Parts: sequence; structure tokens; C-alpha cells
Amino acid sequence: MPISQETIKYIAHLARLNIENTRDGDSIQADLNRIVAMVDQITATNTKGVDPIAHSLEAAERLRTDVVTETDQRDSLLALAPKAEAGLFLVPIVLE
Amino acid sequence: MSIEWETVIGLEIHVQLMTKTKLFSGAATEYGAAPNVQACGIDIGLPGVLPVLNEAALTMAIKFGLSIGANIAHKSVFARKNYFYPDLPKGYQISQFEHPIVQGGSILFDLEGGARKHVNITRAHLEEDAGKSLHEDFDGFSGIDLNRAGIPLIEIVSEPELRSAKEAVAYLKAIHTLVRYLEISDGNMQEGSFRCDANVSIRPKGEAKLGTRAEIKNVNSFRFVEKAINYEINRQIDILENNGTITQETRLYDANKDETRSMRTKEEANDYRYFPDPDLLPVIVEKEFIERVRTTLPELPREKAERFAKDYALSVYDANVLTSTRELADFFEATLKASNGSEAKLCANWVMGELLGALNKTSLDISNSPISAERLAKLVERMSDKTISGKIAKSIFDKLWTSTDSVDEIIEKDGLKQVTDNSAIEAIIDKVIAENPTQTQDYKSGKDKLFGFFVGQVMKASQGKANPDLVNELLKQKLS
Amino acid sequence: MHTKTIAQLLDLLNKRECSSVELTQIFLDRIKRYDKSLNCFITLTEEMALAAAAVEDQKRAKGQHQFLSGIPIAHKDIFCTQGVKTSCGSKMLDNFISPYDATVVKNFKEAGTILLGKTNMDEFAMGSSNETSYYGPVRNPWDLKAVAGGSSGGSAAAVAASLSPGSTGTDTGGSIRQPAALCNVTGLKPTYGRVSRYGMVAFASSLDQGGPLAKTAEDCALMLQAMAGVDLKDSTSLDKPVPNYCATLNASLEGVRIGIPKEFFQAGLHPEVEASVQEAIKVLEKLGAKIKPISLPNTGLAVPTYYVIAPAEASSNLSRFDGVRFGYRCHEPKNLDDLYKRSRTEGFGAEVKRRILIGTYVLSAGYFDAYYIQAQKVRKLITNDFQEAFREVDIILGPTTPTPAFNLGEKSNDPVSMYLCDIYTINVNLAGLPALSMPGGFVNNRPTGLQLIGNYFEEAKLLNVAHQFQQITDWHAKTPTIFEESLS
Repeated sequence: MPISQETIKYIAHLARLNIENTRDGDSIQADLNRIVAMVDQITATNTKGVDPIAHSLEAAERLRTDVVTETDQRDSLLALAPKAEAGLFLVPIVLE
Repeated sequence: MSIEWETVIGLEIHVQLMTKTKLFSGAATEYGAAPNVQACGIDIGLPGVLPVLNEAALTMAIKFGLSIGANIAHKSVFARKNYFYPDLPKGYQISQFEHPIVQGGSILFDLEGGARKHVNITRAHLEEDAGKSLHEDFDGFSGIDLNRAGIPLIEIVSEPELRSAKEAVAYLKAIHTLVRYLEISDGNMQEGSFRCDANVSIRPKGEAKLGTRAEIKNVNSFRFVEKAINYEINRQIDILENNGTITQETRLYDANKDETRSMRTKEEANDYRYFPDPDLLPVIVEKEFIERVRTTLPELPREKAERFAKDYALSVYDANVLTSTRELADFFEATLKASNGSEAKLCANWVMGELLGALNKTSLDISNSPISAERLAKLVERMSDKTISGKIAKSIFDKLWTSTDSVDEIIEKDGLKQVTDNSAIEAIIDKVIAENPTQTQDYKSGKDKLFGFFVGQVMKASQGKANPDLVNELLKQKLS
Repeated sequence: MHTKTIAQLLDLLNKRECSSVELTQIFLDRIKRYDKSLNCFITLTEEMALAAAAVEDQKRAKGQHQFLSGIPIAHKDIFCTQGVKTSCGSKMLDNFISPYDATVVKNFKEAGTILLGKTNMDEFAMGSSNETSYYGPVRNPWDLKAVAGGSSGGSAAAVAASLSPGSTGTDTGGSIRQPAALCNVTGLKPTYGRVSRYGMVAFASSLDQGGPLAKTAEDCALMLQAMAGVDLKDSTSLDKPVPNYCATLNASLEGVRIGIPKEFFQAGLHPEVEASVQEAIKVLEKLGAKIKPISLPNTGLAVPTYYVIAPAEASSNLSRFDGVRFGYRCHEPKNLDDLYKRSRTEGFGAEVKRRILIGTYVLSAGYFDAYYIQAQKVRKLITNDFQEAFREVDIILGPTTPTPAFNLGEKSNDPVSMYLCDIYTINVNLAGLPALSMPGGFVNNRPTGLQLIGNYFEEAKLLNVAHQFQQITDWHAKTPTIFEESLS
């Protein structure tokens, strides 16, 4: 089913993307609707009794022993941050 | 119109597990480290990193499940809960959604006044903790510390079967005691290793349908849980009795103002887009593994309390107090064992009375008690064998607290041994009678109450060392 | 020298007929000379490469070399390389210097290879033409007007133009095989779980798999040997023994059953591409293989299923790019929401944003069951199709792509027609199977590819069949002439 402009705004917010500020707002809607129309082909498929699979392989999670393997990497990691101070990553004020 | 309201409460308890490393990375989990020194690439969500499940965390979750008689899922699945927040590095939290590791189970606990309550537990699932936003102002910026990000939690979800704030707190305490017994969490509420959200709603009594609920977040002490829930109950009754409607929302408890207030509603609050985490495979737990974990279960608080009451002929109250922590219960049993056949009730009184009182006063933990179980046992033994009286014992207790002398050394040095020699006590009694002719006369003419006066005088004259039973017996003879 | 295979270069190194430093210099020189027109590389690691080559030469002199010591290779810029920019073809990571090595990168280092540089790719591996790269498209060495394919376009074109003897790629829906086909090189997507994904920037975690691109199946075998194996840092890498892939290259194809799925030969397939497959069938029959018609009835559902699952996983995988801890951050964010939205809107390109939106949509409340769960069920049906087929055959053969390389810009305005380029490759990822693309001929001087699909962990069989095919054909040995001027 086609995606409304409202829905696009909603999912864009969920995904933290701006769409209203770009001039191609319409083309996003048109593109998404073409993709959704293509994807809609699967909705008609009879999958009664079929178990959904998340992976092709049937294996179980391997467990890790509880031993510290990672030492302090703060300085090298914080060096990647766009803004850091006093050992912290900085973001515009977080309001509760 | 006066409707009778019924309160319906369900709790979601977040328990930090005492693993050495994170749920999905090998970074350390110690509390109080400098910001971000315990946040590795996996914890900060670097491009390309992958999670691998910590076996100890899984084991602890299973241990909890077994302790509440839950079903341990043969296959459980980690899912991603997607939302953006600065303390959530990957933009999703790895949790369990449709297939939690612990399913069902229940817990029985005592309420004030002797009643018991049985609460069903819906589920308990493993998930990773988030980091912390520090709200100090760095020129209009907040700081993010990701040391806590990835620390394993179990979230324990109860059925909405609690009917008052008091019941909720009793349940919370029972879970708190349990997780500490199991040694899967330190339960430290100040440090945030034991946190609770409460879902509170009300409905007219007799109504089957649940009312709209509010979720109260951020309550970090037993006292605040009770206050927050009570505030919330009253708020909701107020609204409904004024023909208002309750909105389903998340509310924050403000301990300073003792009120709950609405958190700014996030439009997409409930659209977390859970889906199975494709970086992790299903967790398969075989029966043998579960049985191995079962063998590590300690005696549980409930079982221990029942055994104490039965085997030691203690009251339910005493048994509950003594088993409130594993350390205290062990201390009591060690004391009893070392006291050479003294009465359990006497040991219990001393552990719960003098010892806990003194520990409380000095803010010490039972594990740091200056008086060991063996020394306390000796003290109790000396009361039992009538070497000293209870009163003398109290003074010795105070000395034990600060000195390293043994009980017998103190008795010896201070000459505190109880006088059990009839003639010595008789001599004192004779002296007291002689010194108090008026009272003697009055007593003999029927003022029975004066007997206590004579006991007191004799004890005083013996510096507390006379055996009280003997004093009673001999006084009666002499005064008759 | 530069047109030689890895196996041949190893031989020269072993005989001391050339040094690793010399080899490395030859390829670096070629990159500097030709890559302006091709745009295969995002980053060149010249100094590091020469230094590492000198070390490998010393080791070889002392007899301490590893099995790929001194061989120059290139990594797709999706693999994290410590101390080297790892952009993933995105503005979002244009400033990202990885603090760690991917397991694949580490494995190649330990095998003694020399890193020439990082190759261009579609942004976050999302694309089939390399046109979504922040660094501009890669051009096809056979025809500069044509796309090189994607997303591992830089890796494929670099091998085709002999700028690197071999390179790594990743394949989520055909991203190794499709550019290999369009550039006339051999590329292998291993079984899901065969090669560690640790340090490979995730696109769709349940589908992504790294693999080699090289001139021959034999070179792919050598490279896979270095890449494959369990990695305790990747829960989805499987603990299965790694066979010696070179040891079985020369096994006879006598009696090998090869299935031809009828669904791969329907409308949309270019007749000359079809003809090249028919030609290959004859060659394989000559080698002793038994050809059997088979059916993979749900093939038509693979593309729509993929465009639910892959974007869903991607939408979540790409949430970590939020301007907080690494990567691009917008200029002077007004508040937290603005920081997120502008950093992501400015940092991601159009195709990536499209897929994030689609993925967010199919996971959102009200659509999850109809799309995501349904796609997981159809995924099971597609997987079952293959398992049915593998009861009767050992290998499946078909075209890699419906057409040879299209022109740059030809499909960039129509995402769906671009997606349909991957019609024959995508179902393999959904089923997690290994598959290989090898050169199979030319249509108007543009290469076409042959795809071999094997059962789980049957990489050795695929390499064996391809190697035998390459012993009696020479499509793989053809090189684009425009890059053959001698360097003086």
C-alpha cells in the first residue's frame, strides 16, 4: 500500500532524518512508493505454516568467558569524537 | 458518591548482574571508574564491532529463573530495541523481547502483620544497560559517560498483582534479598545496581478491567517507591473522582517535592521497532547446563526462614529478620553452633538486638562486625552456663566491641563472674534487710510490689554479679 | 609483471626473481598512473605498503615468510584498518581513522600481504553501480562510460585493470559477484559464517559476507585460505574446519552434477549473456560434468524479500552514525534533535537514506508482521528451494547478472530497476550459500559473468569447478588494453 506523506514524516523522525528541508521531498515519496510496490509482492505469498528465519544458518550463540580483555582505550576513542572534554563525549544539552 | 478504589501495581525491576565484564564485550564493569575508561569499541558502538554473549551473565539469569521456579527457555533470542538517545551508543539496546530466557515463576513473601503474598512473575530477560548523561553544563553541552553502557541487567517483570504501595515494597525487598542470596547482584540502590519502575493504575473495586496505567521511573530507594506509588494512587483517584481521565504516560518521581510528574512525552515512545539482533544467534540452553546451574543454588531466603522457624523454634518475625541477608543468617548460625548448646532464641536475641543495634549505630555491615560470631557465641554461652547475668553480658558486649580480649579474659580481669554461692548472697540479703527496716516492715504487711526494690538493692550491692534466680529464691525465703 | 596472477607472483617471489618492494612499487605506480580515470581507490597507503614490503622481503630472506608474504592487495573501504581512513564510501566516515583492524585485515597481515590502499565502493555497500559513493563512481576498465558494478566496484575494477593482484570485497546481495562479472574478474562470496564479519562495517548483518576478488579461481582460493575460519569476536562465524582450497583445484569434474535453474533464464536476461551460459555448459560437459535442469520456484520473490530484510537491518545498523562519538557532525547543532537529524541528513547520501527509511518503515508498528515477518518466512521458502535442488545436483550454474555493465547514470534515477540487476545473486545471500562469479565472455566488449552456486561450506567445490573451467577457457585472462601502455 502506498506510503502517505504523513507516514514518511513519521518514519523520517524515527530514523532521525530530515526530509522536509530537502527540495526532493516529493521524489523521496515517489521512490519509496515504487520500492514498497515492488516489496508488496511478498505480501501475497502463501506462507502458512512456514517458520520465519532470522539467519540462514542453524547454529547457537557461542558464549564468551567472563574475563576482562579490553583495557582503557579512552584517549584513542575520544580522539575520534567530534566534541569531547574531560573524558566525556559532548552533545547539546540533554533535557529530561 | 463514594467509590471504593482498588490499586493495581506491577513492577519492572532492573538488576545489574555482578559479572566482571559487560554483557557483550570484555570491558570491565567496576563501579566508580573515571568516565569512559571502561568503554571499549564494542561499548561505544564503533563501526564494524560485534557483540558476543557473556556466559556468566547467562548463568546468573538462569540462576535467578531457577530460584523462582520459572521455565528456563531452551531457546531465547536477543532483539534490538531501537531509539536514539545519547547514552545509547548504537541507537539500539540489545534486549530480549519475544523469547526471554526466564519465563514465568513466582515468589512468596511475608507482609506486615503476618499475612503472606504470592506474586507471579511474567518474565525476566537479559539486556544491556545504557550509559549516563551527565547534566553538568559544558557551555551548553552535556557529557556522556559510557562506562555503564553494556553492563548486564536482568529486567524482572511482575504480573499486576500488587495491591498497595506496602505490598509493592515488600515484593521489591523480597526480590532484593533473593538476588543478593543468589550472589548475582550487589543490589546497591545508590549505585543504581537495583532499580525499579512501577506501573500503577486504579479501578473501582470489583471491576475486572484494568485502569489506564502510569509508569513511574527513577525510584531508587524502598522508601521512595512507597511514597511515589502512594502519591500516584492519590493523584489518580483525584482525577477520576473529578471526572477526569488518566493518560497513559511515563512519570518521574521527584523525591525532593515528593511528587510524580509527567516526563515530556516522546511521540514515538512505543515504536521501538524490535527485531531479532542479526549479530547474535539464538541462545540455546541445554538441560545439562541448567542442571549444572541448579547445583550452585544456595538455600533460598524463604527456605532458610522456614527452616530457622522450625528447627530453632523461632518466631516468623525473628526468622525473617535473621534471614534477611545471607551474611546475617550465616552469622547467626555460626554463633549458635559455637555457643555450646545455648538456646537458639537467646542467640537470636543477641544477634538481632545488641549486635544489629550496634552495627546500625556505627553504620557497619555484618561482614565487618568488630565482634565475630565466635566471640558473641562465647558471651551467650557464659550467660547460658550462668557465669554471667544478662546485664553483665551487655557491659561485656560493649568491651568486646572495642577490645580484642576474649569474653573469658574480660570476665576474669574485671571480676565479673556471677556470684552463685548461697552464703555470699545470703550475707548480702541480710545486710540489705538490716539497712531497710521500713521497707521490710511494709513488705511483710502486704506491699508485694516492694519485692522488686529488694532485688534491685541486692543486685546493686553485688555489683550486678549475683545470680538473679538465686537472689529471687533466697529473698523470698528471708522475707517470709 | 602486473598481469600475473597471485600464484605466479608468489612463484617469482619464492624464486627471488623479484622482491615484494619491487612488486609493490609496480602496482603503486600503476595506481598513480591509471586510477585518475578509474577512481578505484579512496585511500592509498603507499608508505605503509613499501615499509611492510621491505619487512616481508627480510622475512623471506630469513625463511620466515608466510604463505602470502609480499603479495600486494587492496581492501574494500568497508574493512576497518587501524590507523587508516575507513570511509565506507560515505561522507559520514570521511574523517574516520579506524582504531582497530578488522579480523579479515588482521588475517591478511598475518599471511604476509601488503596493503596498497582502500578501494572505492557504494556508500555503506548500498548500490549496484558504485554511483552512490561519496567519492564518485568507479569506471569500468573495459569501457569508461560503463559502471564497474557495486558495491565492491573499486575492488573489481582494480583487479581488472591490474592495479592490484587481488582485493577483498563484501557481498550482501551480489556486491562481490556482480562487479566481478561486469569487470571480468573472479569473485567469491563464501558461505555466511565462513569469514569473520568483525571489523567489516555492517550493512545487513544476516546477509553480509566478505570474500576475495582476483584474476583466477586459484587466486581466490589462496585469498580465501587467508580469510576463512572461526573468529570468537563474531558470533555468526562458524567453527568449521577450513579445508586446503588449493588442494582440490585439480579434482576431476567427471560426474559432477550441475543444475541449471530455469527461473534464471526468463524475461530480462540479455540473449548474449544467455548464450555465454550455454557456451559454458558445453565446456563443463566436455570436462565430464552432468547437466540437469532444476527449478528454484521462489526466485522471483528474492528481490522484494531482500528489500525488506536488508533495509530493516541497515536502518538499525546505521543508527550508530549519529554525530556523537565518531564520524560526521553537522555544523553548530541547535539542540540534540538537530544534531541527530542534520548530521545524518548531511552525512548520508540519497540511496542510504532511502534504505534507512524503507527499513524503518517495515519495522514500524503496524507493518512489522506484514513485511518483516513475512519476508523472514519467504526467506525460508527461498532457502528450501536451494536445499531441494542440492538433493539432485552438486553445483548450480547460471548468469551472474541479466545484462553486461550498463552506462553510468543509466539507472541512477530508478532505484527499482537498479535493484533488479541483482536478481540472480540476491537469493544466494538470503539462503546464506557460497557462490562465485567468473568471466564467461563479452557482449560488445563488455564482460559477462557466470555464476556458480554451491551448498553450504562447499567453497572448495566451487573453486575446483571454476579452476577447471579456467584451464580450458581464456576469458579470465583477457585484460583491458587501455591500461597496457608500458610504464617508463
